[in-house]
Amino acid sequence: MSHDHDHDNELDPFAARVRALETILTRKGLIEPAAIDVIVDTYETKIGPRNGAKVVAKAWSDPDYADWLKRDATAAIESLSYTGRQGEHMQAVFNTEETHNLVVCTLCSCYPWSVLGLPPVWYKAPPYRSRAVIDPRGVLEEFGLTLPASTKIRVWDSTAELRYLVVSMRPAGTEGWSEERLAELVSRDAMIGTALAREPQQTRRPA
Amino acid sequence: MSRPNGTAADLPAGVDAPVFAEPWQAEAFAMTVALHDRGLFSWGEWAAALSAEVKKPGAAADGHDYYEHWLAALESLLASKGLAAKPDVDAMARAWERAAHATPHGKPILLENDPHAAR
Repeated sequence: MSHDHDHDNELDPFAARVRALETILTRKGLIEPAAIDVIVDTYETKIGPRNGAKVVAKAWSDPDYADWLKRDATAAIESLSYTGRQGEHMQAVFNTEETHNLVVCTLCSCYPWSVLGLPPVWYKAPPYRSRAVIDPRGVLEEFGLTLPASTKIRVWDSTAELRYLVVSMRPAGTEGWSEERLAELVSRDAMIGTALAREPQQTRRPA
Repeated sequence: MSRPNGTAADLPAGVDAPVFAEPWQAEAFAMTVALHDRGLFSWGEWAAALSAEVKKPGAAADGHDYYEHWLAALESLLASKGLAAKPDVDAMARAWERAAHATPHGKPILLENDPHAAR
């Protein structure tokens, strides 16, 4: 890749290949450049872990919803208008005192886009993909999460057809909180399983 | 139970490094979603193609080359489906590179600027 700024424009080889594909596919009528821009904008700005946080907060607040989420996460999540584009099924896995859940995709980078947006870089990188299964406790410690030895760690390996959402335990001291406020406690990492829900004193409340 | 105190775990929801480091990554991603939406391949086929690329030796441990694998997977899937043959993509990519060179700095790069363009 050239970083010479003295002369005319330069496309790096990857950018040139992407433009080549776009040109070929557009000429064949298989894609429309405007539609491509809409997809980019949607994933950059509209879909993100806020969606999943609302699902978790609703499950904390509404036992019927939690039960539905346990039995049929795909439908329970779709009822909030978060629909997967790849026809994938969702499974919600609930943390308890006995069992902590951790999600990985050892195959590639399958991820619940509809509720979490696009995955963080580390989720897609080889060390996490290989080590989450072999040494989940060690991986969690690197994320700053040390679980009691008595807590089992269950690792869920995502596929193109089935993606997972981790439902953290509701933090103590949040009785009577609105779903909106509860959702602020739910980070993306908590829904992958590399963190717990935040404690109430960790959130910054707008004045 | 101990509390998370690592850097990754402390990120507020929705705040992270940009999803795409460069525009071409976003375009490669969005093309894949659009082509799948049109039914040109199943998501299982896509996952298999991407998996084949990311498990090749030499993938960066920090994942910075993830979209390079993504692009390679897209190219191989499109080639296998007869939608974009590799020689055609190679030739078109060279045309775009020539067009970029021929475009004065600060002007949009257009394929028509390729001096070899056959019209």
